[in-house]
Parts: sequence; structure tokens; C-alpha cells
Amino acid sequence: MIWIVFAGLFLFSLATYWLGRRKIVAATRKAPDRPHSLAGYHGAYVAIWATVPALILLIALVGFGDRLETAILAADLPPAVQALSADQQSLFLSDAQAVAQGRRASDQAYAGELGAALQATAERAGRIDRTLRWGGWALAGLLALTGALFALPRIAPQFRARNKVEGWVSALLVICSAVAVLTTVGIVLSLVYESVRFFSAVPPLEFLTGMQWSPQIAIRADQVGQSGAFGAVPLFVGTFLVMLLAMMVAGPIGLFSAIYLSEYAGRGTRAVVKPVLEILAGVPTVVYGFFAALTVGPAFRGAFNWVGSLLIGGPLDGFGQYLMTVQNQMALVAGVVMGIMLIPFVSSLSDDILNAVPQSLRDGSYAMGATKSETVKKVILPAALPGIAGAFLLAVSRAVGETMIVTMAAGLQAKATLNPLETVTTVTVQIVTLLTGDQEFDSPKTLAAFGLGLTLFVITLALNVVALRIVQAYREQYD
Amino acid sequence: MLPKIFRQRDDEGGAAGLVSSTATLGGGFINGAAHHPPKVIARGVDVFYGDKQALFDVSLEVPDKAVTAFIGPSGCGKSTFLRCINRMNDTIPYARVTGRIEMDGEDVNARSVDPVVLRARVGMVFQKPNPFPKSIFENVAYGPRIHGLAGSKSDLEGVVEQSLRRAGLWEEVKDRLHQPGTGLSGGQQQRLVIARAISVSPEVILMDEPCSALDPIATARIEELIDELRQQFCIVIVTHSMAQAARVSQKTAFFHLGTLVETGPTEEMFQRPKDPRTQDYITGRFG
Amino acid sequence: MTDAALPSAGAGRPARDIRTAVEKRLKARHAAERRFRFYGLAAILIAIAFLGVLLGRIGLQGYSAFETYTVELPVYVDPSRIDPADVQGANYDLMIADQLVTRLGLADPTGDLGLAAKDVLSPDLGFQVLEQVREDPSLIGRTITLDAPIGDDADLYYKGHYGREIVEDDRTLTDQQLTILDRMQDKGMVSSGFNTGLFTRSDSTQPELAGLLGAIVGSAMMLAVTALLAVPIGTLAAVYLEEFAPRNRFTEIVEVNINNLAAVPSIVYGLLGLAVFINWMGLPRSSPLVGGLVLALMALPTVIIATRSSLKAVPPSIREAALGVGASRTQTVFHHVLPLAMPGVMTGTIIALAHALGETAPLLMIGMIAFVPGVPEAITSASSTLPTQIFIWENASERAFHERTAAAIIVLLGFMIVMNAAAIFLRSRFERRW
Repeated sequence: MIWIVFAGLFLFSLATYWLGRRKIVAATRKAPDRPHSLAGYHGAYVAIWATVPALILLIALVGFGDRLETAILAADLPPAVQALSADQQSLFLSDAQAVAQGRRASDQAYAGELGAALQATAERAGRIDRTLRWGGWALAGLLALTGALFALPRIAPQFRARNKVEGWVSALLVICSAVAVLTTVGIVLSLVYESVRFFSAVPPLEFLTGMQWSPQIAIRADQVGQSGAFGAVPLFVGTFLVMLLAMMVAGPIGLFSAIYLSEYAGRGTRAVVKPVLEILAGVPTVVYGFFAALTVGPAFRGAFNWVGSLLIGGPLDGFGQYLMTVQNQMALVAGVVMGIMLIPFVSSLSDDILNAVPQSLRDGSYAMGATKSETVKKVILPAALPGIAGAFLLAVSRAVGETMIVTMAAGLQAKATLNPLETVTTVTVQIVTLLTGDQEFDSPKTLAAFGLGLTLFVITLALNVVALRIVQAYREQYD
Repeated sequence: MLPKIFRQRDDEGGAAGLVSSTATLGGGFINGAAHHPPKVIARGVDVFYGDKQALFDVSLEVPDKAVTAFIGPSGCGKSTFLRCINRMNDTIPYARVTGRIEMDGEDVNARSVDPVVLRARVGMVFQKPNPFPKSIFENVAYGPRIHGLAGSKSDLEGVVEQSLRRAGLWEEVKDRLHQPGTGLSGGQQQRLVIARAISVSPEVILMDEPCSALDPIATARIEELIDELRQQFCIVIVTHSMAQAARVSQKTAFFHLGTLVETGPTEEMFQRPKDPRTQDYITGRFG
Repeated sequence: MTDAALPSAGAGRPARDIRTAVEKRLKARHAAERRFRFYGLAAILIAIAFLGVLLGRIGLQGYSAFETYTVELPVYVDPSRIDPADVQGANYDLMIADQLVTRLGLADPTGDLGLAAKDVLSPDLGFQVLEQVREDPSLIGRTITLDAPIGDDADLYYKGHYGREIVEDDRTLTDQQLTILDRMQDKGMVSSGFNTGLFTRSDSTQPELAGLLGAIVGSAMMLAVTALLAVPIGTLAAVYLEEFAPRNRFTEIVEVNINNLAAVPSIVYGLLGLAVFINWMGLPRSSPLVGGLVLALMALPTVIIATRSSLKAVPPSIREAALGVGASRTQTVFHHVLPLAMPGVMTGTIIALAHALGETAPLLMIGMIAFVPGVPEAITSASSTLPTQIFIWENASERAFHERTAAAIIVLLGFMIVMNAAAIFLRSRFERRW
């Protein structure tokens, strides 16, 4: 149904465009002067005034109509329903609306008075729905008509239609730019809002310093088992460990490949290698995760087990025994694969940084009789150091925020350890685990995910801001 | 008529003054005879950048313990030829040098000659001062360090001090040797670069328009420094200022459109140029 | 002008000594140079090797999934086993299996063989019979020919992924079942062909019946939403920031915002989607609409940055020329600058969309981890996408899903390669070099 209304509005806007255009063309034929704006602008002016207010109303209706309906219903509930708890009331309301719309309601059974109340409320819901809808559409039509009637008489040769239309265009551009700000606002607000609810159940200090992470909530009072411990330190340590392993792989390989590409490689080599690195960068992280889980994990475990089997019975027997027990899901696997993923990132950033070092420094060093490696080690790298540091920080931020590789390759055991052969879990894995299970939205378990999300956001934001600032200062030095 | 471009000492005017000036400045060019044997001899040098030829059959001799100036309009090839002497054109991927350039009888482009060693013997100063973003001390110590010329820390400090003294910078920086070299003024930076160049005791110093980025006072100081340094080094200076060439050099070479048009003792080049193109350039008809 | 000359200690040594000293260290220095250059080259080769191993392994694991074994069986719809009043209740799978055993010429006094045979066949056979009988009850008592994929473990056996060399206790199929399979192959009941089901079926709990159609359609719908949102909004925002915005607080804030948003982890966008789009706005979970909205927000900074650099690349002389003939600011931008910047904008957009195609984490947050049979009908219906499908299949326990997951990855990478190639083609064909 709603599509017909939108289509109607669209046709109306076309009609008003045509009318506006016709009017100005006619006026031009009679009047001696040239009109200020082209005919199309006049038509567009009328069409915009006819369409935009009505469109805003219709979108609001689609977005908030249901909410408005629920609010109206909730304002005047039958007494039997008012006796119910808040959760039950909202379930009742959504069931009533479902019945009114002919959809399947929940399996909740309503007996006697409640059953009757359900029917009554459903009927009310139907009425309100129809009123809102038809009334809304009528109002939209009215707005469209008013808009057209407002705009059409203004069409005249000396009317600055183009300026008005361009004003609307500017407004549109500003709104589009504001979307970026709105996104950040949205992220911050949603994270903070949910985290506040979380931190009201779990004190922030316990979250930030607690050493035990087992987010179980006793469902029934008599359930045996842990109740929630939300100390996130093991998660932080796990994230840190995986990030460290990843940087140990990506840092040297990425930096050295950037050095080779910018200082040694000829044009042919660069033309081949750079696309290959781009491909490595374009592979989705879920593919890396699959690779880690099904190839790297078993391979590493097999290797360690084999080494362990060689050591058993000898002087390192204890260590050998330990090596036989390592699992597929060790931090080392996730770290190494994440490092592979980060290589092109580090390499391309470092390449940019190295290219920003002015050629005059290189010339000065070569003219002194230095070899290329001496120039790189003693002149270029020290000069590029702040930029490289910034690049590494950005890579660290990427590593900390990475989800799929660790979800598929690391484990779920929250252990605070720096042993790369252990199974650890990270902040991002826990966010995924907490939100992809079966629990209702409000339990502290789910809200913990938002607490973790807020922490992650703050840390990556801090890293990014610092890194970008360093890189910017570095660039300004050489421009 | 030629402008008065020679420094007058003791306010001697006229031809007598000119002759005595050249006698003082020229050092060893009285009657056009070279005092010292040629340090660098070039024969039939061509330079190609890709398909484009930049230098055509240049043959030239650069005398030792003297200043030779390369002059000519922009793009005439003087910097290109300068960079051939210490093989800096090697760092440009598509540059090709043919011909023979000898230093002390040895072809610098021969396979047996290591550019690293060559560049320790031939120093270079660039148009825009390019001190490394290190301390003043580290800038000057760079050369001795990488070539292994200083046996101990005190040796190194001695070399640094001596180089800075010879470049006329020691008194100004001796109390702040560990501050960054980039914090000095333009003229000081260029003298720092010269100190860096002489720290490895080169035999030849190449200067590519060393004063074009400096103010006149700094320029004058550098020119005085060049005049003193020529007693110990063979100096080649590329300059777009004929006045500077006349002030500072004993021999001048005029380049135009990639060819060496004329070369000879500076005084002769400016007073009695043989080639009409040289005459036109010197009198300012073009360039 | 020089200060009093000191006795030389290096800066005045005879040239011979200097040269000897330099040449002494030369060998070590050149060796260090060679080593350093080797490290650089080694780093590049290692990176390329990683890529090779990654793609190679996945290719090896996945290529076999593009082939599948199907079985063709004539089935007698035995009235003694079917109650016409309750066609649903009959055990068609067992019926088919028992008939197969008989057809293979094997004796089955205890009925064990029939049960064993049932496990090597796909439940699809039973479903086919049920559907046909429901539609046309007169089929009871007749013989129909069925065509279906073989069971997932049997498929792996035929492809040679495992066999009798593994101890029986460690395998899923018993020796008995392997014998049945061998006989079926000998009798010509089994044939292999291209696994069209991978592209025509959607997800299923049975690996042999699982396909990517639902995921592909879901991804396509989602990308369409993303493109429809991110491209106009991103381009217009970039136009504003680059061409119109005055240098004031607001624009600075926006620019800082965009740079930071480009580096926010993708999972945070997922949390945003969950909190705002699903909980606050009430949009349907796991739908391409919400997925598209979230990915549009993620792609927005990239599109803005790419568009801005394309706009920057258009030389100011174009703008000045347009203004000079009396065009307004808006006309200059939209009639002259933006069209010239279009190739760069399109390239950047396609690359951003290709990247969005591979995103998984935010989609998990908005609920795309659920099992979705069937193809999504509208952008508001629950659906799956290629990357989330890969994730779901990777977590599955059946061995046959391994090769299918790898095959799905190959399909995903295929789409991404096509998109990137299109972007590169656009760039080389239409980009102007100013």
C-alpha cells in the first residue's frame, strides 16, 4: 500500500515540475526580458516544495508509526492489563498488534479477562492503525498540495529560481556531510547507553581490573554453577598477546618489503609486487580465519607435537610432554595469520612514509660515498622514524579490532597468559560469543558485549588519533 | 663594455689594478700557464637520459688546487656534467654516461672503480643545504664513521673539530655540537654541509650552485671559504652568476645546450671571449 | 676566514692513507649491503609465498566441491509401507534403502544392511518421494525414477578423500557401507558431474544439499542497499567538503570524524547496527536492509575519501573557466568538476563495495548467524550472505562442509576479483591524467 502512496507522490512531483516549467515558458514568451533562471529550475522549485515536506512526513510515518501506535495504546490500557508487569505488558501490546495485523502472535495464552482485553485492544489497535495511516497519507497529500500552491504563483521571469534550488541543493549536501558526524554520535551514544546499563550491574573497577571472566548468569535461583564474573583483564591480555605476535610477523616483513620497494626495486618489480600486495590486502578476513582454523592450526599443532615427541625421554622431557598437549587454537596461530593479513597494511603505509623523505637527503648521503643500506639505516629510517611509528600504531589498532581471524582461530578460554602456545580469547571474540548465543537482550551478559565494545572503541580511537597526529606532524616536516 | 666585476684591492683602479687583482686571485695562472697538473680530465663525454641526449661530446680539463667554474644558461648541462665526476648520475635509473673521465689517470667509470671509494675522494655540496636531521656533530662525523677513518672517539672528535674549523663554523657551533643541524641558518647549514664534505679529506669538491639559496652576506662568506679551500682541494663550482664565477674561479667553462662552447682562464673568458655565443651570454644577450 | 689550522688528525691526512683506510672496510660494507638487500627481497618473497600458500590451500580444499556424485534409482512406491491416510508418516528413506540393497543383490535378513544403506543416501530421496506422492497419490504402487545427490560422507568417499586405509573406528562409514557404495558404483548407479546444486540450492543441514543461492542473493540485495546509500551520500558529502565548505569548526570536525571512522573496527559498526537499527528502530534482524545500512555506514568514509581525492585531482583551471563564463558554484561543480572526477569516484566506490562484500563481523552482530533455508524474498526478510555463510559452514561439524566452505570462499573471491578487475578497467580506460 505504502508504495502506491510514494509512487503517487512521485507522479505529483513530476506533474508540478511540468506545470512550473510550462508557466515560466509561457511567461517568457509574453515578457520582454530573459528570465533569471532556466525553465528547468523553475519547474524544480515547484516540484521540491511539493515533494519534500510530504516526503519527510511519510518517512516519519513509516519509521515511527508503529511506535506512535504502541504509545497511544499503552496510554489507555484495560485494568486487567495494567496489573501485569512491564515486560508482560509490552508482550501483550505486541500480541494485540499482531492479531490486528493478522500476523502470528506469541505462544502466550491469554485466558478469560485477559483474552477479552486482547480482542478489545486488538480492535483498538486496528482503528488507530487505520486512522494513522489514512490520516497520515491525507496530511501528506495536503502538504504536497499546499507546497505546490505556495510555489507555483511565485514563478515569474524575475524570480531567482536557480538560487532557491541551489539553496536546497546546498542543504542536501550539508545533511549528507552531517551523516558522518551522526554516525560517530550514533556509535558513541549507543555504546555508552548500553554500557551504562552494564556498568550499573557490574562495577567498572571490577570490569577493568578483575582477573576472572566467566559471563554466566544464574538463570534460576537454585542453579548450580558460577554467577557472572566480569573481570576483563584476561581478555585484554589475550588481545595484547595476539596483537604482539601479529606485529612481530607484520612489522619486519612489512617494513623490509617497503624498504626494498622504495629503495631497491626497479619499475618492473614494483609493477608486479604492488598488485600482489594489494591482493593480499583485499582477501576478506573470514578467509584468513578459515585458513587459520583448517590449515595453520593443525599444521602448527602437528609440528609442535612432533617436536614434543622427539623431546620425550630426553633432558627436556617435561617440555616435550607439554608440547604434546598444545591445541589447534593457540594464540600463535591467530597471531601469525593476523600478521600475514597486516603485512600489506604495514608495507603500503611504510612505503608512503619512506617516499616522503626528500631525495636531497639521499643525494647527500650517496655523495658522501655511503652504500644504499647505510643510507637507509643511518639517514632515511631515522628521518622516517616518527612516520613509521605512526604506521605501526595504526597497524596495532587494526590488530586489536580484528574479529574474524581470532574468532575462528583463537579459543574461548579467558586466560591471562603471555605464552603463545596457550589458548586465549580476545575482546572481539567475546563480543561475538556474547551476542550470538541465545539470550534476551537485557541480561548483563549481553550488555557486557557493549561494555567490551565501548572499551575497544576507546582504545582504537586513542591509538588512531595519536597515530594520525604523529604521521601528520611528520608529513608537515617535509612539505 | 664589461661591468666592473672584479674585487678591487687597495683601491687600485684601471688595468694595472686588474692585472694585480688577477695576479692575487689567480694564484697560478699568470700568463695562462697552469700551476698544478689537471686533476680531472674528461674526453668525449656524452650523457643520455633515456632517449634524450643531455651532453654532447664534452672534453675538459680541471686543474688541481684551483677553482673551476661552469657557467651557462639554465638547462645547459653544467650540473649534469658535474654529477658525472662523482658518478651521481648512477643513482638515476635511466641515465647513461659514455666517454672517458679520468681522475689521476684512472677512468672513474671503469668497472674496477667502486663508486663508494670514488665518492669518498670527491665531495659534493648541493644547491639547497641538505644537512641530515641529526646533530651537528653527527652530520660531520657521518663520513669518517661509515668509511672507518677515525680509530677512536677522540680521533673522531678531532676530525669533526678540524672540519668545522676549516669550514669556518667551529666558533659558532662549538657549544652546541649536539643540537640538530637543521636548526642552523641557511648559510650556516651550507657551511655545515661543506664541513661534512671535507671531513673525509676528499681530493675534489664539487659544488652545484652552492649559494643560490643564500642571502648575499652568507654568499660572501662562502665565497671567501672557497677561496681558502682551493689551496688544498680541487674545486669545481657550477654557478648561474657570472659575477660569482669571475670573483671566485681561476678557470671557467661555458656550457650551452649540452655542449662545451669555450673554456679557458677566467680573465680571458670574460675579457676576450673567443666564441660569439660566449660573448653574447656574458654581455647578457640571453640566459 | 678559517680558524687557525690545527695539526691534521684526519681532515688533512695524505690522500693515499685515506684511500687505504676506505678500501679496508669496503669488503665488509658491501657484504652488509648485499645482506640488507637480501632481507628486503626475502620479505617480499615471503609475503608472496604466504599469498600463494593461502590461495593454493583453499583452492585445493575447495575444487572438489564443484563436482558431486549423484545417484539415479528407480523406486517402487510400495503400498505396503505407506498409509494413504498419512503419507507423511511413512519411512521413505528406509524403503528406498531396502530396495537398493535388494537391487544390489545383497541379502539382508536382519535389516541392518538396509539401515546402513539408508545412511549413505541423502534424505533428499525420501523427500522427493513424499512430495510426489502428496501431489499425486496415484503413484502409490508404481515405480518412479529418482535423481539425487549421494550422501555427504559417501560423496567424500567417492572423491577419494578417505577410504579403507583409515581404521574403521576412526571413520564415519563402516566397511559394510563402503561395500554397498562400491557395488553401487560397479552397477553404474552413480555418476559424477558439476555441482550445480551449489549454485541453485540454498543452505541446508545436509551438506550434499547445501548451496549458496540464498547467500548470493542475500549478498546481492545487501550490496544494492549499500551502494544506493553510500554512493550518493558519500559523493555529495565529499563534494560539499571539497568544493563548498568554508574552513570553519564544523568542517574540521567532520574531517576529523571521517578519518577516525575509517579506522574504527568493523565490529563496532555491528554493535551500532544492533543497538540503533534493530533495537531502537525495530528493523528486522538478519535482513539485507539492516546489513546494507551497516555496511553503508562502514563504506561511507572510504567513498568520501576516494571522491575527495578525485575532486582534488581536477585542476583549478576547469573551475575557473566555468566560473569565468558565468556559471554558479553549484553549476560549476555538478556540470564540470564532478563529471570529470567520475572515473576516480567510480573506481573508489567499486573498491569500497568489493571490500564491503567480504565483511563478516558486523553482519554477525545483526543476527546473520542463524540458519536460513531458502532464498530471501525481500530486503526485509531474514537472509544469509556469502561471508556469513562461510562462517556458519566453517563451524559445522560434518566433514563434507570443509570442502564446501572452501568452495564458497572461491566463489566469494571470484566475485571480488571481478569487481576489482572492473574497477581497474574503469580506471585505466577512463581516468584522465592531468
